[in-house]
Amino acid sequence: MTATTTDTATVRTYRDFDRPLWQRILLTREMAIIALLVIVTIVASLTVRGFGQPITLTFLLLDVMPILLIALPMTLVIITGEIDLSVASMAGLASVLTGVLTQAGLPFEVAAIVAILVGAIGGAVNGFLVPVVGLPSLAVTIGPLALSRGLAVGLLGTTAVTDFPEFWTDLAKARVGNTNIPVVLFLFLVLLVVFTVLLHFTPFGRGIYSIGLSSEAARFSGVRVERTKFILFVLTGTVSALAGIYYTLRYGSARGDNATGLELQVIAAVLLGGVSIFGGRGAIHGVIAGVLLIGVLASALRLANVTSDVINIITGVLLVLSVVASSFLAWLRKRRRSPGRTPRVEASTAG
Amino acid sequence: MSYKKHRAGALTALAVSVALLATGCAVDSGTGGTEGGGEGGGDLSITFVPKNLGNPYFDTSSDGAQEAIDEFEGTFAEVGPAEASPDAQVSYINTATQQGVGALAVSANDPQAICDALNEARDAGVKVVTFDSDTNPDCRDLFINQADAEGIAKVQVDLIAEQIGGAGEIAILSASANATNQNAWIERMEEYLASDYPDITLVETVYGDDDDQTSFDKTAALLQTHPNLKGIISPTTVGIAAAARYLSTSAFKGTVALTGLGTPNQMREFVEDGTVTAFALWNPADLGYLTAYAAKALIEGEITGEEGDTFSAGKLGDYEVGADGVVLLGDPFVFDAENIGDFDF
Repeated sequence: MTATTTDTATVRTYRDFDRPLWQRILLTREMAIIALLVIVTIVASLTVRGFGQPITLTFLLLDVMPILLIALPMTLVIITGEIDLSVASMAGLASVLTGVLTQAGLPFEVAAIVAILVGAIGGAVNGFLVPVVGLPSLAVTIGPLALSRGLAVGLLGTTAVTDFPEFWTDLAKARVGNTNIPVVLFLFLVLLVVFTVLLHFTPFGRGIYSIGLSSEAARFSGVRVERTKFILFVLTGTVSALAGIYYTLRYGSARGDNATGLELQVIAAVLLGGVSIFGGRGAIHGVIAGVLLIGVLASALRLANVTSDVINIITGVLLVLSVVASSFLAWLRKRRRSPGRTPRVEASTAG
Repeated sequence: MSYKKHRAGALTALAVSVALLATGCAVDSGTGGTEGGGEGGGDLSITFVPKNLGNPYFDTSSDGAQEAIDEFEGTFAEVGPAEASPDAQVSYINTATQQGVGALAVSANDPQAICDALNEARDAGVKVVTFDSDTNPDCRDLFINQADAEGIAKVQVDLIAEQIGGAGEIAILSASANATNQNAWIERMEEYLASDYPDITLVETVYGDDDDQTSFDKTAALLQTHPNLKGIISPTTVGIAAAARYLSTSAFKGTVALTGLGTPNQMREFVEDGTVTAFALWNPADLGYLTAYAAKALIEGEITGEEGDTFSAGKLGDYEVGADGVVLLGDPFVFDAENIGDFDF
């Protein structure tokens, strides 16, 4: 066993550098998902009637926008090895709060800001309980999942608030000029830049990866583990609330059951995009491709008059396949290094 | 050696792609079929979007729609969300816009939330007919009303009054608190109770959200809270079945009357075991049938949805469009032990 461990460690050092640059960029899990997305899009455009038209892009982006938004902070949270299950309920609560406050006479903008603040506070509660108190996030965030949803439904009952300023509801669905690109895409692009820089180009981001690989090691190398996780949970809560407000405006309706079940779609997309549920591995571009892949599949299948149950089954199978594929790969690599075979390191030095 | 590893990675990626392509292909063949039918029937492709799928009520209405569409050789499709939420309906309405179907027949989960999507469909030339549950009138061309609120409220109040002897406490078990039609009916029931049955008191209205378990629990709670309760009206098919299931196994069976809107197949065992004496409903199959013919008349330009337009609806005869683009199916029908055997839906 000791021999194997040492071997693994040695292989790791070589792994990143014993391939040419193009291989390191192209032969990754993220690229596999992006390739899959391209293939599915091409196949759908060629074979599903109505998919190839430009309006598809608008509907598709509008549909996946809440998932895209929440997937950004969720990616970071999952890379640290944690998870936030309360995102959809927080979006629902933000939606209802915006509605209730607008109905009570506050200007919509103020109501929206209050809702986003509540999202941040909700995230802070998670961010306090998980790293500071040291409870597992899976258990902790189930509480807010039920609590926020309960508050949302309790505040509004089963009624709906539909009276929002037209400027904002129109903006949520507006397109840029005569193109089919929704305006809301730019909100996402801004956040995308922020989160990409944060994760991939800052010490804070490298801290996120090291926490995911080993929380203890990260702590000893100077990463402020609690603070990092706290910030990530606050970000998740804030962006979820933002997504909830977008949701409200897009459908022009604040309801307690808005965004129900969205957390599973977000987590599914993040995992499909190549982020490891155990933490330490993943990249934003893979996650975006994962979200779009699920969106494109759902859109194409709906156009083919496939029922929602079948769409769920296909998404589920895809997710299982993606998880199994990565485990299978790991198993295959391990088998390669089993005794009796030439260790890879020697092979690369020799050849 | 390193090539082998890469090959394994690539192979796995390829395997996933192939699996997905296969799924894609399986879907394609399905589309091919739909497309062929659509072209054969000209413009008469009509897509039904019920509140949710897997709901026996909408299964029946879709059967009726299918029958009508087969008669005039159009193309029938039924799509919809698994759960009755408006945002999920929007995706399906958008899809119909992309497909460029002739007409959409929608039972709205929210009068406002799906409006923009419906108007977008209409801008793209799709005729929009709502049935069962309406949207705001400016979002659709026609609404096929299963029965007018007056008639439905009256038949249920008359039934419960007869069953409890014209006096005592009653309660209402409704669907969700913002269900368009249930609320309209309950309002009329209150008015009719006040004017014609002053000895009957409506003590509480509870909401089971058209969920079997919630409705079941709310029934139990009602009977606990109001020991003098003599009758329950449940103007929703899910509610009345859940309430009947609770009553039939409780001590209140036969002493607390239950009526409302239910389907014969759901209510058969409770009518036979004496839990329920009589209940009312329209025929959802007729509703779907009429909706399909109305959609056809709109597609063919025979009517535009103006008040006074008339169209023919196959076996159901001729119909006239009323104020606000509403077409009325007819009077509700009362089912009891005598006649329930004649129906199967």
